[in-house]
Amino acid sequence: MKKLLSVVLATSMVTALTACGSSGTTAATTTAAAAGSAGESTETAAASGDLTWKIGSQGPLTGGAAVYGLAVTNGAELAIKEINENGGINGYKVEYKKADDEHDQEKAVNAYNSLKDWGMQVFVGPTTSAPTIAVGTEAENDNMFIITPSGSAVDCTNPKNVYRVCFSDPAQGTKSAEYIGKHKLATKVGIIYDSSDVYSSGIHDAFVQEAPKEGLEVVADEQFTADSKTDFSTQLGKMKDSGAELVFLPFYYTEAALVLTQAKGMGFKFFGCDGMDGILSVENFDTSLAEGLMLLTPFAADATDDATVNFVKKYKEAYNETPIQFAADAYDGVYIVKKAIEAAGLKPDQSVSDIGTAIEEQMASLTYDGLTGSGMKWDAKGDVDKEPKAVVIKDGAYTAVE
Amino acid sequence: MIQMKPKMSSSKSKTFRDNLITYGMIVVVYVIVELFLKSGNVSSLMKGLLVPLTIYSIMAVSLNLVVGISGELSLGHAGFMCVGAFASATWSMLMKNSGIPAGISFTIAIIIGALCAAFFGFLIGIPVLRLKGDYLAIVTLAFGEIIKNLINALYFGVDANGAHFSLKDSMDLGMDGGTVIIKGAQGITGTPKMSNFTVGIVLLLIALFVVLNLMNSRTGRAIMAIRDNRIAAESIGLNITKYKLLAFTLSAAIAGVGGVLYAHNLSSLQALPKNFGYNQSIMILVFVVMGGIGNIRGSVISAVILTLLPEVLRNLNDYRMLIYAVILIMMMLFTSAPALISFRERVLMKFGMQKNGKEK
Repeated sequence: MKKLLSVVLATSMVTALTACGSSGTTAATTTAAAAGSAGESTETAAASGDLTWKIGSQGPLTGGAAVYGLAVTNGAELAIKEINENGGINGYKVEYKKADDEHDQEKAVNAYNSLKDWGMQVFVGPTTSAPTIAVGTEAENDNMFIITPSGSAVDCTNPKNVYRVCFSDPAQGTKSAEYIGKHKLATKVGIIYDSSDVYSSGIHDAFVQEAPKEGLEVVADEQFTADSKTDFSTQLGKMKDSGAELVFLPFYYTEAALVLTQAKGMGFKFFGCDGMDGILSVENFDTSLAEGLMLLTPFAADATDDATVNFVKKYKEAYNETPIQFAADAYDGVYIVKKAIEAAGLKPDQSVSDIGTAIEEQMASLTYDGLTGSGMKWDAKGDVDKEPKAVVIKDGAYTAVE
Repeated sequence: MIQMKPKMSSSKSKTFRDNLITYGMIVVVYVIVELFLKSGNVSSLMKGLLVPLTIYSIMAVSLNLVVGISGELSLGHAGFMCVGAFASATWSMLMKNSGIPAGISFTIAIIIGALCAAFFGFLIGIPVLRLKGDYLAIVTLAFGEIIKNLINALYFGVDANGAHFSLKDSMDLGMDGGTVIIKGAQGITGTPKMSNFTVGIVLLLIALFVVLNLMNSRTGRAIMAIRDNRIAAESIGLNITKYKLLAFTLSAAIAGVGGVLYAHNLSSLQALPKNFGYNQSIMILVFVVMGGIGNIRGSVISAVILTLLPEVLRNLNDYRMLIYAVILIMMMLFTSAPALISFRERVLMKFGMQKNGKEK
């Protein structure tokens, strides 16, 4: 038994090490960037006296979902840097701190508590859904204002103090079905989705419910799980047999790239959600396969409006990568908080609970134009109402569709 | 322990004193923490960590019963935790608006969690524990993964017509109003928060009491005899499968209790690879190995230290995982490198001699 025990422990250590190694490079580059900007922000904060706003953010900064956490914390950091350069919020500088939640509910609560100990007043996070739900209920007791950039599960906004920047999962499913129906893209629709993923199954369920109302017929409904996400030939074969004209792919671009490669020459139209954003930058992916792929996304890094161009340029300078939608969500989240605080005329010496109540009052009447949508409004539950932008891939680039 | 048989009475009083130290240690920690909580000097981070600390201590005690005392290897203890968590959370969701007092409902939830986990432990144990060798490790490893994937695919709802199950999606339940409780990969949300530090400590003490008493009972000695020499134990007529099954089922039940605490500490419960996957099982095994296989008190201490460590190191940002790993390796060397062991023994011998001298 001892021998087996040592073998098991050794293998698990090796896998842990390789897992660290894969995210190591991005972590290292961002640390360097973060260290630079952190130094700056504390300097500028010191200039205006002791009173500062303390805004925190969190997400998985290590592990498999680190891409999203790093994007969110970088996006928020960039926004705060900009705000400090332009004189802060209501004349007070902003301090920023991020924490790692490892995409785990328990660690998320720990991370939130550590930010609270630091003196956080407003929280722009967490990044992923399960942590958002866990942290939301904790924060409800503190009446801390939370705006999650990307926690998209329905239950995230159940506590009254939690708002979000992104669409909820069902909203994306419904909007996708509406869009396909309204623009008569197809009548026979097939779906492939990841049943082990909250995001994917949430969109799928809403889409299937909405489809009949839009005159769509779901002819094939196939699933895969996180453990079997490399071979899609069975699912695609069933799509073909059922006569689907359009295949709806509500999952992330890494798997979508595989689906598109394996569906070469089958003649389907494909339709995706915001998780598809990023497919053109997948390594070794033949972008001609994505030609004609449509996706509903609130943000495209290749858009040409001034705000996006400015954001992408600054983000690339600071972190040396192209921002994904998560970064844009967090960037918007910080500016939404800024707008609400300014509208309420708050000062940083007020208590967390007072700030929370005041911002919540403002959220009912606030409208905001940002990177991820114009005319964003919030309902009483905390969900955002904005029009999704449809994007089609034409000549190897994202192009907006009217 | 077996070697000490001739002077049974003195060894008995020694284990009794040893056990008292274990209980005393936990009670003292509890009192100190409560005093700090009353005076309001505890950071939010520490407050939030109190329940997880008791959860992982319970898990370490539970696994030590299998690995240390019965000498088998289980690589799926997170699976039992998962069963306990989901079974009890489902119960609590059903009882949420029924008007049953929270205390009673939670007590029943704990019992349900323990029983469900024990049931699965028993089921697995029946065939596997009849075999010689490392089969338990292989089967529990698979069990942990199967449970996680099964729950990720399971939909469960209740309406006026009764309960509905599905392994497809929530539309497939054919619900007529009512509420969907387990939503596949989205898990259970809105579990009432009923775990607190006191409940955790009480459950930890109960778990310790059960395991330590078992160790010093006739049954426990039989289990350890089987671990040390299977053939000798068999030759004096011990029913090997029965004793192994007993230890394993009990361990699964205690792991289920850990799961109940976990489910009622957070408002969202999902079977992610992070919390109920293979790595979690290994983490619990690490607590046991670091604390000393068969050493119950040691495993509680190492569970506490290793759970606290990454959180205390939070200020170091990206370096915390690195430091955590280095400390793990150092601890491992300290407990098992031959050179260090002999060094430690020398130091201990000096201390032991001084102690004896003083006592005389």
